[in-house]
Amino acid sequence: MKIDREKLHSPFVEQVERVSGEVFANCYQCGNCTGGCPVSFAMDYGPSQIIRLLQLGQEQLVATANSMWLCVGCLQCYSRCPKGVSAASILEALRQMTLRKGEDHEDVGGLPFPFLKDAPQQAIISGFRKFVS
Amino acid sequence: MMMKIPYYPGCTLNTVAKGFDVSARESALVLGFELKELDQWNCCGASFPLTPDNVMGLAAPAKVLANASSEGDVVATLCSVCYNVLKRTNKVMRDDRDRRREVISGFIEEEYEGGLDVVHFLEVLRDKVGFDRVRGAVKRPLKGIKAGAYYGCMLLRPFDDVGIDNAEAPVIFEDLLRALGCEPVEFPNKIECCGAHLAMGGEDIVTRLSSNVMASAAGSGAEIIVTSCPLCQYNLVKSRERMMEEGGDLRIPVLYFTQILGLALGQDEDILELGSGLHDIRPLLEERGI
Repeated sequence: MKIDREKLHSPFVEQVERVSGEVFANCYQCGNCTGGCPVSFAMDYGPSQIIRLLQLGQEQLVATANSMWLCVGCLQCYSRCPKGVSAASILEALRQMTLRKGEDHEDVGGLPFPFLKDAPQQAIISGFRKFVS
Repeated sequence: MMMKIPYYPGCTLNTVAKGFDVSARESALVLGFELKELDQWNCCGASFPLTPDNVMGLAAPAKVLANASSEGDVVATLCSVCYNVLKRTNKVMRDDRDRRREVISGFIEEEYEGGLDVVHFLEVLRDKVGFDRVRGAVKRPLKGIKAGAYYGCMLLRPFDDVGIDNAEAPVIFEDLLRALGCEPVEFPNKIECCGAHLAMGGEDIVTRLSSNVMASAAGSGAEIIVTSCPLCQYNLVKSRERMMEEGGDLRIPVLYFTQILGLALGQDEDILELGSGLHDIRPLLEERGI
């Protein structure tokens, strides 16, 4: 990994901070968030690792990691953070920045019929909010 | 005159979770108050926007709150997600002048400054009715049925916005279950996520998280799981179906807390929608002579 002084405060990093409302420098990497995260096992990088990568200006690794699409927004990370950082907000910011470019994560037309028929409305609506622009 | 509490059902309770809605309304009547459905309501948006930058995500819940404010100074919910979204949005509308302005002038075009008190039905039972009075109204004690209270996420977190109970070691559910004659069972995954909206496209992860919850409850001796969230209910039940197809064996019924409440208060089993097959708690009731 190449750490580039110019990229430490790149427009991308600044945008993620602005959209999420979080300050990456507040995180001292204790790892409580990743430890409590119910989906970190399936993430390319756990929540604390995503924050570390952002602290190091690693736009490419962060933007292509699956982590943002797996965050369930359960807020266990925020609940257990000794510094009050919400990793869920950072992952949501990454999601929103992608969706705002029109890059959907889920193909609405391709959703299976049994899901649309049986699922509670809240699953469909929150799914759209998280995965569709 | 019977006390009336303005009530926001939300989309899911109006459709696939009718048993949750009916059992709560009927239980309220037995306990001496009416859950009066709001005249005007819309979807809460089903997820609170986690970034302060997403003001549009506040529009739907703010509209619900603005409408509700013309019908009283409190609004009660049953669904954990609606509760979370409305309560958090209400806090923004009350405390954050800038975002309140944006929501009002940009979207809802109605003045609203967060004056409502958003409460969950569990809080109504604890704080307005009192669990002792609930205990006194029980006609059909549940004779020590071992119940795992599954809180999930939205009822508890974030503590500073929601604050219904301790976020790591809540007891509100257990206290209610005890009043109904159940024996609450502690289990490690009671505040863990079911997989939530990953129900859309992330079934493998949902199956893993939800089956961990069920196995954790069953492994601690629970005979039933009790929830207050239709999405948790759906994810648990669907995960169990997927596991059974693959030869797994997890038979623990998953019910809404109001169904258990209604049962203990002596309501007709038919209106409680206790379900069939694997969801059905009736064989257990019969076995215990309840």
